[in-house]
Amino acid sequence: MVLSDRDYRLIEAIQDGLPLSSRPYADIGARLQMDEQAVIERIAALQEEGIIKRMGIVVRHHELGYTANAMVVWDVPDERLEEIGEQLGAQPCVTLCYQRPRRLPEWPYNLFCMIHGRDRGRVLEIIDEMIASHDLREIPHKVLFSGRRFKQRGARYQ
Amino acid sequence: MDAIDRAIVNRLQEGFPIAAHPYREAAEALGISEEELIRRLNRMLERKQLSRFGPMYHAERLGGGLSLCAMSIPADDFERVAEQVNAFPEVAHNYQRDHRLNMWFVLATETPERIPRVLEEIERITGYQVYDMPKEQEFFVGLKFEV
Repeated sequence: MVLSDRDYRLIEAIQDGLPLSSRPYADIGARLQMDEQAVIERIAALQEEGIIKRMGIVVRHHELGYTANAMVVWDVPDERLEEIGEQLGAQPCVTLCYQRPRRLPEWPYNLFCMIHGRDRGRVLEIIDEMIASHDLREIPHKVLFSGRRFKQRGARYQ
Repeated sequence: MDAIDRAIVNRLQEGFPIAAHPYREAAEALGISEEELIRRLNRMLERKQLSRFGPMYHAERLGGGLSLCAMSIPADDFERVAEQVNAFPEVAHNYQRDHRLNMWFVLATETPERIPRVLEEIERITGYQVYDMPKEQEFFVGLKFEV
């Protein structure tokens, strides 16, 4: 999908949030000199194309009690990456699962999963259960809990 | 947060109507009024329980660059470097983690070509190497927090 200047203005206009008003799309349209129906159609099209992943709430997970945030990284043999990536990605506790490049010799891990929990002990138990039930004992891994959060905001577009 | 707030958070992490009266539609599905939904969203935003209410963009499909980066910073230099790194508008979030690579941040740039330039700039200003680990394959993205 080719984005027009108008699409970019729309993307910029709503990036910080939708108006909390009865007709939010009409309000945005009024700012951009677009009518409500055009705003609705373009936002729906952006979502259809996956440029907007979804509309709705973005939580501050720390403030909601998700303070045990573990990045679990694995050094998976390349030929098993698809299989293990699919398996771990399907775990209900895994919120993100990505392949990323190794940076040898400093960093041998090529599969990254995020597990967000309320309690470190429980998160570690979940990881142990995952290793046992998927027979991952041979796959070297590390658990990196987050300590201080220095900055959290979404990416900016203009 | 009471049961209604929790129901709102759980439900509206899954999407929001794109229609003329979206709050009314969402409120009906939750069994509350439009005014109450708006009031509660405002309150949760004010209390900073919500970061935003609106779109989540797909950075790459918007033509942007995105990467996860890590640095290894000695403890006594951590504050200075964190301040310098966070000052870059392209740094979206930054966490300390318990590993030799102890600073982890996400870089989001307007174009993919900007990523290596910002990395070089961060290395030049801080004096430390940056390890850049862009996503190569996505197995699952379902970031949702049940409350």
